[in-house]
Amino acid sequence: MSASRAQIVGVGESTYTRWGKIGDITEHALACQAIQRAVEDAGLSMDDVDGLASFAEDRNEAIFLAAELGLPALRFGNMVWMPGGGGGCAAVSNAAMAVETGQAEVVVVYRSLCQGQFYRFGSAGVSTEAPAEPAPPSLQQANSLLLASMGFAMPYGLLMAAAAYALPTRRHMHLYGTTSEQLGMLAVTFREHASRNPRAVMGGRPLSLEDHQASPMIADPHRLFDCCLESDGACAVVVTTRERARDLAKPAVEILASEQGAPKGYGFGPFTNANIADELYATGGCEEMAGRLWAKSGLGPTDVDVAQLYDHFTGCVLMQLEDYGFCERGEGGPFIESGALAWEGGSLPTNTHGGSLSEAYIHGLNHVVEGVRSLRGESTSPVEGAEVCLVTSAACVPSSVVLLGKT
Amino acid sequence: MSERYFPDSMPPPLADATTLPWWEAAAEHRLVVQRCADCQATRLPPSPVCAECRSPEFDWKEVSGGGSVYTFTIVHRPIAADQSLPFVIAVIALDDSGGVRMISNLVGVECEEVEVGMAVELVWEDMSEELALPRFRPRKS
Repeated sequence: MSASRAQIVGVGESTYTRWGKIGDITEHALACQAIQRAVEDAGLSMDDVDGLASFAEDRNEAIFLAAELGLPALRFGNMVWMPGGGGGCAAVSNAAMAVETGQAEVVVVYRSLCQGQFYRFGSAGVSTEAPAEPAPPSLQQANSLLLASMGFAMPYGLLMAAAAYALPTRRHMHLYGTTSEQLGMLAVTFREHASRNPRAVMGGRPLSLEDHQASPMIADPHRLFDCCLESDGACAVVVTTRERARDLAKPAVEILASEQGAPKGYGFGPFTNANIADELYATGGCEEMAGRLWAKSGLGPTDVDVAQLYDHFTGCVLMQLEDYGFCERGEGGPFIESGALAWEGGSLPTNTHGGSLSEAYIHGLNHVVEGVRSLRGESTSPVEGAEVCLVTSAACVPSSVVLLGKT
Repeated sequence: MSERYFPDSMPPPLADATTLPWWEAAAEHRLVVQRCADCQATRLPPSPVCAECRSPEFDWKEVSGGGSVYTFTIVHRPIAADQSLPFVIAVIALDDSGGVRMISNLVGVECEEVEVGMAVELVWEDMSEELALPRFRPRKS
């Protein structure tokens, strides 16, 4: 194994809360806190850090954070061009490419979200307050490609992620007979995992399948408990080379393989694109990427001991299980029903921190943090002997993935 | 003038020079799809280049407005002030369009009656003189 191979050597996070609860410090100060904790966890100093990477139109630009944190120099500042949570693992793999090619030596990947200081994601940035002077509807200029594509979704009220990702999930139900109870069981399983995690926002709130079925409908088939949390918080991971990792504080975790991207014609995915190929519509859009990941790593789904799968909505997790080959296409529902994802007795313990459904919604970077902890033996739902962990970013949008290995 | 489906506080539609001709056709109650002038592949939303043969040449094909529900969601949360709930967002597979689908709403239907495969027909909603939106209702048998 080459000495320049990238490894993750540190993880850190702030306190996680319900959205809008962190108001005493700014979002970028929270980013600094998470970065400092991750660097400290690695046994490094801020003087060692020369790269910063993030994703999803991060408001907390690397150039300013580098100045605030007093980095001796910023040699690598990178942001992934993918919407929302699809780019988290890509930010990690971009950091890995940077250290493996000598563009930088120590890169910190970070994400900070204080929804109360900006806007609540679930509101889609749209006010439900009546405007003082309502104007008659008229066509407006779209000043970005994203907005032009939203022009074919927004006028029909497709503004909420919960409604957008209901579309492929409903199609999956139609094609394969997937049920709301199967989706509910996934939410119940992740909540059970959160019960042992002191960081989890919903740690003290047990959830039963009956609770799930009784929860209000948001956008059919998504009930309240099919939707991820809306959170405030920040987390970070430190990436460096194998050579540099050798003498650090804790065992490093190897980045065995990574992939990012989207299939042909995918655009922003079902949020704005009604014309995704029929064979791709009721999937997470990750199957091609999964094939490349397994091919380059020489590993396959049966080699994965524990998985941290991006869970913005229950149906999107179900479709990823099929995309990555943990079960056949259309079999995601029965696979969940079999208890496969449970920490206790499951064949594929998944989201051992509780995920975005129950730990916190930090655009999935907290799944990378948990992936590292699960291979270090630091998870609060530890999987004994775990050597390989799959971590994914948001599906049903252009996505990314990292396969982590114990060293 | 048809009845208004969403309140005026809904965010306005957005267009750029590539998509504007589609909105201009809609204002005249013509539902069109973009068609490659070279390979005849159809597409929506409008885009500058044919993704199949990469030709920049195109014209517009008017479709009948018949179609079927490809998938749908019933939304129970407001995204604009004074909005009536629930409402139906559906992906419509458009007849005689060369396989094009579009996002729209279903109107004139009880939520519990909506199903994948349901046959629908076009109904225009005039928002102003310069803006009309295509929505769909169950096709009368």
